[in-house]
Amino acid sequence: MEKQPMIEMRGVTKRFGKVVANENVDLSVYPGEILSVLGENGSGKTTLMNMLSGIYFPDEGRIFINGKEVVIRSPKDAFVLGIGMIHQHFKLVDVLTAAENIILGLPGALTLDMKKVTADILALTKRYGFDIDLNRKIYEMSVSQKQTVEIVKMLYRGANILILDEPTAVLTPQETDKLFSVLRNMRDSGKSILIITHKLHEVLSLSDRVSVLRKGKYIGTVQTAEATEMSLTEMMVGKKVTLDIERPEPIGSEVRMEVKGVSCVNREGREVLHQVSFTAKSGEILGIAGIAGSGQKQLLEAIAGLQPVTAGSIIYFDEQNQQRELTKCSTAEIRMMGVRLSFVPEDRLGMGLVGAMGSTGNMMLRTYRSGSSVFTDRKTPRSMAEKIIKELEVVTPSVEAPVGRMSGGNVQKVLVGREIASSPRVLMVAYPVRGLDINSSYTIYHLLNEQKKSGASVLCVGEDLDVLLALCDRILVLSAGCVTGIVDGRTATKEEVGLLMTQGDRAHAKEETK
Amino acid sequence: MSTLLIFLQKTITQGIVLLYGANGEIITEKSGNLNLGVPGMMYMGGVAGLAGAFLYENSTANPIPWVGVLIAILAALLCSAFGGLIYSFLTITLRANQNVTGLALTTFGVGFGNFFGGSLSKLAGGVGQISTAATSGGFRTTIPFLRDIPVVGDLFFSYGFLTYFALIITLLLSWFLFKTRLGLNLRAVGENAATADAAGINVTRYKYLATCIGGAICGLGGLYFVMDYSSGTWMNDSFGDRGWLAIALVIFARWRPTQAIWGSFLFGGLYILYLYIPGLTRDMQEVFKALPYFVTIFVLIMTSLRKRREDQPPASLGLAYFREDRN
Amino acid sequence: MSATTVKEPWVHVVKRDRMTVGKSALIHLAGVVLALIICALVIFMLTGLNPIDVYAGIWDGALGTSRRTWVTLRDSAILLCIGFAITPAFRMRFWNIGAEGQVLVGAMATAAVMIYGANWPSWALYTLMPIAGVLAGALWGLIPAVFKAKWNTNETLFTLMLNYVAMQAVTYAIIFWENPKGSNSVGLINMQSEAGWLPSIADNKYLLTIFVVLVIMVLLYGYMKYTKQGYEISVVGESENTARYAGINVKRVIIRTMALSGALAGVAGFLLVSGAGHTISTSVADGRGFTAIVVAWLGKLNPFAMLVVAFFLVFMQRGSIQIASQFGLNDSASEILTGIILFCVLGCEFFINYRLEFRHEEEAVKA
Repeated sequence: MEKQPMIEMRGVTKRFGKVVANENVDLSVYPGEILSVLGENGSGKTTLMNMLSGIYFPDEGRIFINGKEVVIRSPKDAFVLGIGMIHQHFKLVDVLTAAENIILGLPGALTLDMKKVTADILALTKRYGFDIDLNRKIYEMSVSQKQTVEIVKMLYRGANILILDEPTAVLTPQETDKLFSVLRNMRDSGKSILIITHKLHEVLSLSDRVSVLRKGKYIGTVQTAEATEMSLTEMMVGKKVTLDIERPEPIGSEVRMEVKGVSCVNREGREVLHQVSFTAKSGEILGIAGIAGSGQKQLLEAIAGLQPVTAGSIIYFDEQNQQRELTKCSTAEIRMMGVRLSFVPEDRLGMGLVGAMGSTGNMMLRTYRSGSSVFTDRKTPRSMAEKIIKELEVVTPSVEAPVGRMSGGNVQKVLVGREIASSPRVLMVAYPVRGLDINSSYTIYHLLNEQKKSGASVLCVGEDLDVLLALCDRILVLSAGCVTGIVDGRTATKEEVGLLMTQGDRAHAKEETK
Repeated sequence: MSTLLIFLQKTITQGIVLLYGANGEIITEKSGNLNLGVPGMMYMGGVAGLAGAFLYENSTANPIPWVGVLIAILAALLCSAFGGLIYSFLTITLRANQNVTGLALTTFGVGFGNFFGGSLSKLAGGVGQISTAATSGGFRTTIPFLRDIPVVGDLFFSYGFLTYFALIITLLLSWFLFKTRLGLNLRAVGENAATADAAGINVTRYKYLATCIGGAICGLGGLYFVMDYSSGTWMNDSFGDRGWLAIALVIFARWRPTQAIWGSFLFGGLYILYLYIPGLTRDMQEVFKALPYFVTIFVLIMTSLRKRREDQPPASLGLAYFREDRN
Repeated sequence: MSATTVKEPWVHVVKRDRMTVGKSALIHLAGVVLALIICALVIFMLTGLNPIDVYAGIWDGALGTSRRTWVTLRDSAILLCIGFAITPAFRMRFWNIGAEGQVLVGAMATAAVMIYGANWPSWALYTLMPIAGVLAGALWGLIPAVFKAKWNTNETLFTLMLNYVAMQAVTYAIIFWENPKGSNSVGLINMQSEAGWLPSIADNKYLLTIFVVLVIMVLLYGYMKYTKQGYEISVVGESENTARYAGINVKRVIIRTMALSGALAGVAGFLLVSGAGHTISTSVADGRGFTAIVVAWLGKLNPFAMLVVAFFLVFMQRGSIQIASQFGLNDSASEILTGIILFCVLGCEFFINYRLEFRHEEEAVKA
């Protein structure tokens, strides 16, 4: 007789408005098994897992735990069923110790006997081989240690099924190895583990089986032993989809910007960009592909003067083809130098715009300094706002209506509209169509192409490979902060780019062994 | 008695009011509520205790001290906890701004105290002081025999029971916050309400209880000031800036009750130091009176410079928690 | 995309979109009416007086004679001035609760010029007094701002503490200047010469103060709305991230804005000494620095709404002083009434930002 699955999802569908995040997904996990849920960004992996952990409720489909149909309405329900999920953002109190976080909110005797609690937890951690200092405060811990605390917290609360959402995204290769060995120990003691990932070599080295999702659809499940990187990539990215996006030939192709060996560290002191070099040319769209969090954000912010650079240089070629060094310049200094650089950041309302202000007020973010008067000129930005609203068909009651209350597509049109209104020579856009409907997306593609045709150098960070392959002239692939390749957008295949996206760790490792 | 001994005695007497206030505010702030209504709640507690004692003594020919004491304590606790309840309802349930609500509570509470305190004197016959001799005597009873030991008795056993109770409450609070599960949960609420919520802690209940109990503890400070320090009499605005000093003491103690003990004595000493330094001109006395605030500002700056996480205010201090806000 | 819980509560709180001005004014009005009803009950229970008589007494006290009306107007103007002082700081989300202290040092500096410059030519006196008040206030506002900008020192607590440092500084100064010696008060400064007293306009000694505050109102409104600096304040207040993206020097904006905030409080200090009291004491600000926070908050930093709030609060205070003597109540009654009104108005704001959704049976089934 076949073993009974610990979890079984049958025909699960979840929609957000018109968007179908998961469509008719089947999934099963057995006791003592590690299952990888593989898929690109936006393929619906996290949504699917959130339905197991009680954050979302499925629209259709059934969930069985140990053969019994269950209804999971809240995180508490999931707890009771022994499901623990470790999210990408940890839920821990910084100033408390690991042990205190683990027992937080649990019933028990009024007095805290930390010695006993610690001993209890230690017994648990020993069993699985966790390396953890329970008396350490969370804020003193590295990301991987925090993650360990989260896992132990779930186990201490009696979780039998552990879901990890991209657990290795924030870990070094060594830390990843450590995590994997603990996960294997847990598997061997009969727990079920679901791990969301898009790193193929991890899938191959860790899991027993792999379930693949693509664009919310369930593609299939294979035994890891029978899979290869090639076969998994094909399942993950699918056949090339032909998109009807215009791609004019590059014009001019002079060097506009040269980035040489740029490195950045984040607040925790970890290197997030490592020796990144490339050139951006006029009249072309340079795509930047990579798994989320591979350093795309830092790269654009470093160029825009928002992120301190620890090494390397950024050089801009001005109208007279003079080299202008931007490396150590602040945003204000870059503007003052007359560098025509525009930036559409990923966080539209948190960084690119002020949600509480109207379109006019938001136009002024770029222009308010102009002129020597102490007063702001509201007329020019107002007519600029009116022009953008008219030309890009922004739906808003008036130019003064707060942009924060517009729909996502309209917000983006205002932001992109403002950034291209200054006729930039370099235009950087991050995830320009994220969350937008088809029509708005095509408007944005069109705007980017217009800029390209007028000779701007466009840098476009994207997540959908089909789009990048249809839109861009060249594609730079970032992985774990390293450039793993720059390919021709017209000839490259999805598989090629997909493989490059997962090779950063190895690039790192290679360098370290040198 | 030597001047030094008197100075130390007075230091302790001054410190006790602040210690109560600081303890009340510590437990409140640990739940993430910055209640600037401490002065108001002190007045409310003080006047309610006084009124309770007064009404009791007026209603009976031979007032029994301990009955008066009990009535006064009960009245003080209830009234000042009610102040905390108003604040809780407005800031937790109705999510009003904490700073503004706290200031409004201070306005209300100080007015409440002065109104009833003043009216009581009038009820008592218009002129002069009201007398709650029996009850206040009860509050000021010292421990027999021990009190008579020279020096040691003066220094340690010359106070009413509320003085020792303040120390007990401080130790209890410290034990509660750092050695019990409920205290751990409370600290988690003040640090990161969303995480506490996810761990199954009822954030609203913790905030309400902590704020009301905190208000009640502040009220005991007011009660001590009126019944013990002022011997059961009322003078309008007599509390001075003690309520604000209590808030300063919270910062000084870096949210640790045990640190507030010696902090309160330090503040109490600084508060009256000018009386005991010989040859101080009157203007220099005023400079000395500002010392507690300078010390607090210094501590505030030092903690922000050193950035030691344990010394920082609770992370969600001043913020209302709304579950749907989380992303 | 909400998660349904097993036991759905019967009422659910939902954040509202922005409300129309009229509707939110109506809710505030409802809060005030509720407050007046509660106050009436409290008055009746405590004193047995007819609340209507008491309210009539308040009206009489605040606006009963032309002198009372002018005093009410002048006090409203000064309270409003302090509210304006807080406005730029609050717009920047900087919790300046130190206006009390900033007013006090402004008043002290003004008094100093008045005392030492009693024999100066009047043009010099009248120029230096406001300058001294403004500079002192600005300095007092700068201190916490610098620490906030450089080390992120908690500004709420810092500004609160500075209030009492200012109070002690004033007490110190009073002993320095006391007149006669040993009286512990300064008395009316330049009583004979009236040097440094704000002059009367059209035989009205209140008008100039009111006029100055109205000018500040117009200037501040223009500054916040039409200047580059005002725009920077708004952006920093909304999102520091966006400010940095737009190339705004956030630290500089914090420091500059707090200097302005303190300077305006200094103006109020100047008006209180030169225009109203002609003396200096620790009670010269009389809690206005704190009340002004309520004015700014309830007025949502809108100068016209703040004007209404300030007038209303002063109206209640002046009126309560009157009923205290008329009905033989203790004059702290006004603080109780003000407190109750503030509670009600603060509480009613909930209904402006949120709305309650009651669960209907059919919805519950669907969920």
